[in-house]
Amino acid sequence: MLRFSKSKIFATLAIIIIGLLLAVPSMMSPEQRKAYLSAVPSWVPSWLVPSRAIVLGLDLQGGSHVLLQVDEGDLMRTQINLLRDDVRRILRDTRVVSQNGIQTVPRGVQIRVPNPADRERLMPRLRELAQPVGNAMLGQSGNAAVAINDAPDGTIALTYTEAGINEKVRRAVDQSIEVVRRRVDFGGTTEPSIQRQGADRVLVQVPGLQDPQKLKELLGETGNLEFRLLAQAGATDVDMLPMRDAGGQRVPVERRVIAEGGDLTDAQAAFDPQTNQPIVNFRFNIRGAQRFGQATTENLGRQLAIVLDNEVVSAPTIQSPITGGSGQISGSFTIEQVNNLAIMLRSGALPAKLTIVEERTVGPGLGRDSIEAGKLATYVAGIFVIMFMFATYGIFGLIANIALLVHVGLIFGLMSVLEATLTLPGIAGIVLTIGTAVDSNVLIYERIREEVHAGRSIVSGIQAGFDRAFATIVDSNSTMAIAAVILFFLGSGPVRGFAVVFILGILTTVITAVTLTRMMIALWYQWMRPKVLPF
Amino acid sequence: MRLVRLWPENSHFDFMRFRRFSFPLSALISVATAIVLMTVGLNFGIDFKGGTLMEIQARSGQANVAQIRQTAEGFGFGDVEVQEFGTAGEVSLRFPIQPGGEAAQTAVVQKARDTFSNEYDFRRVETVGPRVSGELVQSGTIGVVLSVLAVLFYLWFRFERELAVASIIGTLHDIVLTIGFFVITRHEFNMTSIAAILTIVGYSLNETVVVFDRTRELMRRYKAMPAEELLNLSINHTMSRTIMTAATTALSLLALVLFGGQAIQGFAQVMLYGVVICTYSAICISSPMLIYIGLRGSEAVKVPEGKAAAAE
Repeated sequence: MLRFSKSKIFATLAIIIIGLLLAVPSMMSPEQRKAYLSAVPSWVPSWLVPSRAIVLGLDLQGGSHVLLQVDEGDLMRTQINLLRDDVRRILRDTRVVSQNGIQTVPRGVQIRVPNPADRERLMPRLRELAQPVGNAMLGQSGNAAVAINDAPDGTIALTYTEAGINEKVRRAVDQSIEVVRRRVDFGGTTEPSIQRQGADRVLVQVPGLQDPQKLKELLGETGNLEFRLLAQAGATDVDMLPMRDAGGQRVPVERRVIAEGGDLTDAQAAFDPQTNQPIVNFRFNIRGAQRFGQATTENLGRQLAIVLDNEVVSAPTIQSPITGGSGQISGSFTIEQVNNLAIMLRSGALPAKLTIVEERTVGPGLGRDSIEAGKLATYVAGIFVIMFMFATYGIFGLIANIALLVHVGLIFGLMSVLEATLTLPGIAGIVLTIGTAVDSNVLIYERIREEVHAGRSIVSGIQAGFDRAFATIVDSNSTMAIAAVILFFLGSGPVRGFAVVFILGILTTVITAVTLTRMMIALWYQWMRPKVLPF
Repeated sequence: MRLVRLWPENSHFDFMRFRRFSFPLSALISVATAIVLMTVGLNFGIDFKGGTLMEIQARSGQANVAQIRQTAEGFGFGDVEVQEFGTAGEVSLRFPIQPGGEAAQTAVVQKARDTFSNEYDFRRVETVGPRVSGELVQSGTIGVVLSVLAVLFYLWFRFERELAVASIIGTLHDIVLTIGFFVITRHEFNMTSIAAILTIVGYSLNETVVVFDRTRELMRRYKAMPAEELLNLSINHTMSRTIMTAATTALSLLALVLFGGQAIQGFAQVMLYGVVICTYSAICISSPMLIYIGLRGSEAVKVPEGKAAAAE
């Protein structure tokens, strides 16, 4: 019936008012919001005060979005080196000699031990390397990270399994997120958002950042620092590494690492008091200081090799033992480079190189213009539709227009509670729902008109109009919702913002067009008692 | 007060007659779209093609497009598209994807910033590497296919099979014609375009579903009425609603085209076109299609009440 009980009216109004109140914080500037929240008396419980607000997407507030991917090739090179070190250690411990040394094969290493007695001793130790993947606390998956293939001719291959690689990548992403966060924080950027995306990616979003060049420089290097010695003539266990500022010339460097970036407690950019060159001053922790002190005492007169990401940045001659636990890195750096280097050393090394696979930056001007244009389009669309509805349906159009305004308010309210992100396509979604939201009202009104013209009384016509149009409203909104939900799961960033608005819009339109409109029409009827339909 | 009436009441217009024109016309346009799609192709944006897009604005006065083009071509980053747009000296530059994997793309941005940042503000910079663009193509395609399938299942569940098939044909028609719009107008095809297509899928079904809801209702009421007459009646009954909703949606989109700003204009134009196409296809494609598919060919004739009860 067209009769609404007092409690039903009250409940409907309460839901709508609460929904609209939730949108209030989003209408304020951040300063106003702070003032308003502090103005609330302290005896009011905090959950009663709407405080959540819509987040503006980077395309509206300006900022940088950088998607980084862990370089799997680089990560595997590091992991294979670690595996080789382990195998070398085991060979030494068991006094087994591999016929042609330790060879690198895709995904692993290979040795050749034809003597069965040697193999007998070696194999149990090698099997220790094939540890199962996964965290012992969470239960082990049972798949080994390293597969050992023992051929009859004495060739033993140790290779990382698919599960092993995935596990390494997963851990590398976790570590990278930590390191990236420290680097971005040390770099002085405000409120960055850093999160994992997919299996092997890290998404960094920095609101307000106009030129992500510095960010990219900070994140583009692994920052792996090693102190080694330049090899003397005739040494065997050496790496040939490029020397900085030497035109690509390579120098032999001992494989043994005296101390590394992880042994540092502090690193600061500074100027060399004598040459006025930009340098980095650093301090070792106790272990690093001991090892560095010992090495410099034993190798007086030899050249140290300071290696950063597999490049010798400088090779100073050891003039005297360095036992104080501090030192400096020089190497014809620019001021910016030493600043970045200091930040990288303090934040630790990345487990592997990060590659930028996507970058999107919007300047603050464009964001502001987009918001202004979006507001204008929303108002104009609202005025168009409101006038059109009123001109077509008169008083019923007015009722639909009130429902429309509430509908838009509720979208904002729901988005505020969910702390959803409003993007430029999201604004387009709001404008579009202004057009489609009245569809439900139109369906109902046209149906009412038909029913009344078919001979029903006004009351029963209105009643039948609502009832019969309801199934159609559900069907037509469901098809829209299906498309919107798929868009939500598939899209990212701005496009997802559009999907959110659209889904919420479909929800609120059912509330406003069906319940609110029906209530208003019932009240109008009770008040006016019309004899003919006003449209 | 005299109220506006866009469609006369109790109309008995013969919409089904249109199929003699609309079927060949749509078939022709669909074939033509397929041909231009294969020969000319879509104007893929950097989301799908990879590369770098920049929008710069002159700090003062007008942008010197010719000079920007000359300088940018001199970078040696391949064919650069330079275009002026908007009113306030805004210029967009589009560089193709650079050979040499993900890392090579960064050099483009750096070079352009170094060169132009004295005289121009960088309002937007987007770089998409080959890997991400490949994935976006994949997810975009999956999305469109998935949405059509999902909606097909919904319709199958809610309506008779014939109605579901006819709506899907109408929706596919709308997708094809929208893609044709992208090909002909050279509108950039990017992730937002996928959003537009999915919204058009939703709107298209919305239109068809409203008509078919009425068809189903009338089928139960007039059990002996021939399909052609029944469909004509359904469209006539729902016509004033169709026009109203098309009008309010089109008005909103018009506001977006006129005032929404350059970044959203493309999306709004496609949607505006989509509203027209969807309205046309619901009346002139999906509905008359049922004459051929056979409206009452199924169990709908034999046990209309039982089927109706199950569908409710």
